[in-house]
Amino acid sequence: MEKNLLKLLEDDARLSTEQLSVMLDTPKNEIEKKLSELEANGTILGYKAMIDWEKTDREYVTAMIDVKLSPQRDRGFDKIAEKIFNYPEVQAVYLMSGAYDLSVLIEGKTMKEVAYFVAQKLAPIESIISTATHFVLHKYKDKGVVYGYSEVDERGNCN
Amino acid sequence: MIDYSKVLSEVVVNTEKSGIRKFFDLLENMHDVVALTVGQPDFVTPWHIREAGIESLEKGKTFYTSNSGTLELREEINNYLTRRFNISYNPKNEIIVTVGGSEAIDIALRSVIAPGDEVIIPTPCFVCYAPLVRIAGGVPVIIETKLKDKFKLTAEDLRAAITPKTKMLVLPYPNNPTGAIMTKEELEEIAKVLRDTNIVILSDEIYAEMTYGMKHTSIASLEGMHERTIIASGFSKSYSMTGWRLGYICAPEPLCEQMLKIHQYAIMCSPTTSQLAAIEALKNGDDDVKMMVEEYNRRRRLIHKGLTDIGLECFEPQGAFYIYPYIGGFGLTSEEFCNRLLYEFKCAIVPGTAFGADGEGFARISYAYSTKHITQALERIAAFVETLKKEQGLK
Repeated sequence: MEKNLLKLLEDDARLSTEQLSVMLDTPKNEIEKKLSELEANGTILGYKAMIDWEKTDREYVTAMIDVKLSPQRDRGFDKIAEKIFNYPEVQAVYLMSGAYDLSVLIEGKTMKEVAYFVAQKLAPIESIISTATHFVLHKYKDKGVVYGYSEVDERGNCN
Repeated sequence: MIDYSKVLSEVVVNTEKSGIRKFFDLLENMHDVVALTVGQPDFVTPWHIREAGIESLEKGKTFYTSNSGTLELREEINNYLTRRFNISYNPKNEIIVTVGGSEAIDIALRSVIAPGDEVIIPTPCFVCYAPLVRIAGGVPVIIETKLKDKFKLTAEDLRAAITPKTKMLVLPYPNNPTGAIMTKEELEEIAKVLRDTNIVILSDEIYAEMTYGMKHTSIASLEGMHERTIIASGFSKSYSMTGWRLGYICAPEPLCEQMLKIHQYAIMCSPTTSQLAAIEALKNGDDDVKMMVEEYNRRRRLIHKGLTDIGLECFEPQGAFYIYPYIGGFGLTSEEFCNRLLYEFKCAIVPGTAFGADGEGFARISYAYSTKHITQALERIAAFVETLKKEQGLK
């Protein structure tokens, strides 16, 4: 049940506990209990809307920054990762295998703002060896959702 | 000037336009309608299957296949039927790949029916059987199944309908539009009636994958039934491949031999691209089917609860992706109910009468739609039912 519950919510977080209860054939109070449990233990971290900001007049740029590090004794990369993810403009930080160590997703109003962040905040952090910044030109698909595409029911009424 | 009335075949001219079609014509020019009318899955064909179709084109696989379809596909169909339903057919001469389940039904009927032969059809059912029987020169004999029997065919009714002219029984389960299924035990009762006769069964198993709570049983798997059963099935519903127009027929060799003649002369062979995509579907599509069926099941529960809460008496469907509520309690015919729901509340469902005269008092609702869409439609139906209750109170 837990896996199915999470999958349904991952797909549509606005389903009510009533709907979830019917769809999963599980009493409503059990769904509620399970949800508070999953929220309390940090499995469900939040409920957010998927927004295509390109449809609005909000100005913003997104960049992915490859960061190479020299690991710190005893603490690996965790401390540096924490230092980076504490900046509010940082949307995501991943520890990567391969050519670099951290992948940092950052959002800013302008390219200049992102450049300033890299030069003034990121690069000076001790143990960062190098950074490579890639600006996102267009988002096609994110978290399983295709952007800039509105679903039209093209099915013929045939039978 | 040409006189068309002298040109056209009488039997075709007298064939009634499908009731479903008439209702769909009303929909054509309307906007902002929340429809629950469509009889096909809302999932796009899984990408790996589409990719196999694309790859076949890239590699230039653009020629006819053999009349009965590529041997590899027929072998995979047999593997699939054995794996899923414990029935087996010789891929060489007992399987024909057809243009959808529809062609499968047509050639099955045409290969068996001689003028005046009776074909027993339980209703409500999909719209094609009776017209195709008539066009083949046969006589449809209708058995009206009942809500109290959960819309299943009973041995008693079947026995009463059989005459010396009975040639065939159409067995449309899992059922469109009611969502009824037949269990192994119930099929055994039907088998008992047919075992010592010369009656052939046309088992339309297009919705075989869409059962909830129990697995589909094919009547062909019961003792003595294999020799008299023609299975019509296809890829449209289970693999969400409606537009590919691909189905198949399985039957003993003496039957297939004759059906293949009609298929050969009328169709030649099914589309090659679709056949090659279908091989991929059968080889690697089990998980897709499982995922889609789980999703239909969740929607089924949601819509059943929703309609019941609205106060409509509603048989809980166990198969296909339709629900068939009773809407007869408001002094309106099914058609009046559906028309008012459409014009006043912009929600479309199909009157039960489209599926047989016994559909009066019922409507077919498809749940091959997103939960969001279903929820929106339920709100409109609820508002309509409220209006009807108020109107009744005023009288």
